Amino acid sequence: MELFDLTALELGAKIKKHEIGVVEATRACLDRIGEQEKTVHAFITVTPELALARAEAVQRGIDDGTYTGPLAGVPMAIKDLISTKGVATTCASRMLEHYVPVFDATVTKKLEAAGAVCLGKTNMDEFAMGSTTESSYFGVTRNPWNPDRVPGGSSGGSAAAVAAREVFYALGSDTGGSIRQPASFCGVTGIKPTYGTVSRYGLLAYASSLDQIGPLTIDALDAAAVTRTIMGRDEMDATSVDVPLPGMPAGDDLTGLRVGVPEDYFGKGLASDVCARVMDAAKQLEALGATLVPVRMPILDYAIPAYYILACAEASSNLSRYDGVKYGYRPEHFEDLHDLYLTARSEGFGAEVKRRIMLGAFALSSGYYDAYYNKALRVKALMKQGFDRCFEQADLLITPAAPTTAYALGAHTDDPIQMYLGDIYTVSVNMAGLPGMVVPCGFDGEGLPVGAQLIGPAFGEGILFRAAHAYQLHTAFHRRFPGRKED
Amino acid sequence: MEITDKLVSYVAELAHLKLDDAQRAQAAQDLARMIGYVDQLRELDTEGVEPMSHAFPVVNVFREDEVRESMDRELILQNAPAKKDGCFLVPRTVE
Repeated sequence: MELFDLTALELGAKIKKHEIGVVEATRACLDRIGEQEKTVHAFITVTPELALARAEAVQRGIDDGTYTGPLAGVPMAIKDLISTKGVATTCASRMLEHYVPVFDATVTKKLEAAGAVCLGKTNMDEFAMGSTTESSYFGVTRNPWNPDRVPGGSSGGSAAAVAAREVFYALGSDTGGSIRQPASFCGVTGIKPTYGTVSRYGLLAYASSLDQIGPLTIDALDAAAVTRTIMGRDEMDATSVDVPLPGMPAGDDLTGLRVGVPEDYFGKGLASDVCARVMDAAKQLEALGATLVPVRMPILDYAIPAYYILACAEASSNLSRYDGVKYGYRPEHFEDLHDLYLTARSEGFGAEVKRRIMLGAFALSSGYYDAYYNKALRVKALMKQGFDRCFEQADLLITPAAPTTAYALGAHTDDPIQMYLGDIYTVSVNMAGLPGMVVPCGFDGEGLPVGAQLIGPAFGEGILFRAAHAYQLHTAFHRRFPGRKED
Repeated sequence: MEITDKLVSYVAELAHLKLDDAQRAQAAQDLARMIGYVDQLRELDTEGVEPMSHAFPVVNVFREDEVRESMDRELILQNAPAKKDGCFLVPRTVE
């Protein structure tokens, strides 16, 4: 078997058995990055020297028993909005082009303690605001399946890096679908855990009540292993909670599992290929013993407008910290302190970021607060009630992750609302705080990957891993990657 | 709703953004489209629904009031675009 046919856990096991060295695996990934980056551009920063030094240290740690976990020695990458001490963390923005964190995010520390070997920081939409990775200040990422298509976003670099097998897994973040939609577009597995499961300390904030860190991986077992590594209560994040680790999934028996199929997710605007592949996946779960249950989620139609009000409102507040004083971009010319703030922000932020913070400032402004911000919080309550009703009848839901497969680069540049509409199936999950997972479930007529989304009740990660793993024991879509040598 | 030049200026001021005339026109157009789009929420009856900030019940999280080590001054200043004598340097604020 070729190295790049392995999953993260399979590579971890080979490293443990000394069938392959950590340095060797790291070098192979760095070489592959060298080839793939010419077209894909999944990374903002690659750190070969640091990675090789780290690989040597991790190999020693494995040999002397310091690192015993299943992911020790496995090369991976981190989205460029998660703080990495001593390595630039730019949020894909000119504002933070030269920002080098002096501390690690909690997830970075946890992965380090598990023996992860980080190869670099992945590309994304600026401040995670976008669904295509085109708004990055450092240039677009291309979909490894077709370089004329977007990889999705905002964690497009993380998804593309895994799809191109530049790394064996990557961390992303998801505020309204930013792990799940690129996972779907790039044909990889990804999970946004329940809000509060993973500490957000050191994650550069977009919309704090919706943001959650999660992994993009090759399969459900890897997703479970990474999630188990990074989750847990953290005193640096007051919203983090202490929940028991979900077990590693095993077996393909789904007898007794009730899988809700919300018809509202299969209506107008859904591409027929996507609909067909997701229904195939539902039938596969049924074949493994699950029962399909029709459920309703009529409030879905209002998910996008409510989400954009809430996310932009929080963004306008969160991003007010960027003022050119303590860190970040500082213009050369300005008149006084006030003008320094304005100029730093006007020159440091890109168009989409400005658009969102202006909408957010509007929604929070006196006179409009009740009609927009409070109204959206009421819709959020209805969204949660809608899911609560679904979970009275079902243990998890299956839906598409996005209405289409990956579209052409530049397709939505002039019309952001068209891009926002693509978030229809994902944003409500963040508003209700629920876990959402994406598994590759086939390809469309053009050979582009399709992803199915599994939505669980709060802290129901274990149910999602179980269903996804059972599904993947009977399908091979997750094993395919562009240019793979067929067996 | 109508997006007047006055509203655009007000929102830009709240957002601490400086817009030239072309950007102001673009911002007016963007805001009009986005607000026009989110206005569809008006048709949804939310009478009697309480606004929900958090999806799960959250409570205050306390810790012991004990002195802990804080970050080193040099570290904090490491990313400052301008600094002097161990402080962030800003333009004169009081004449």
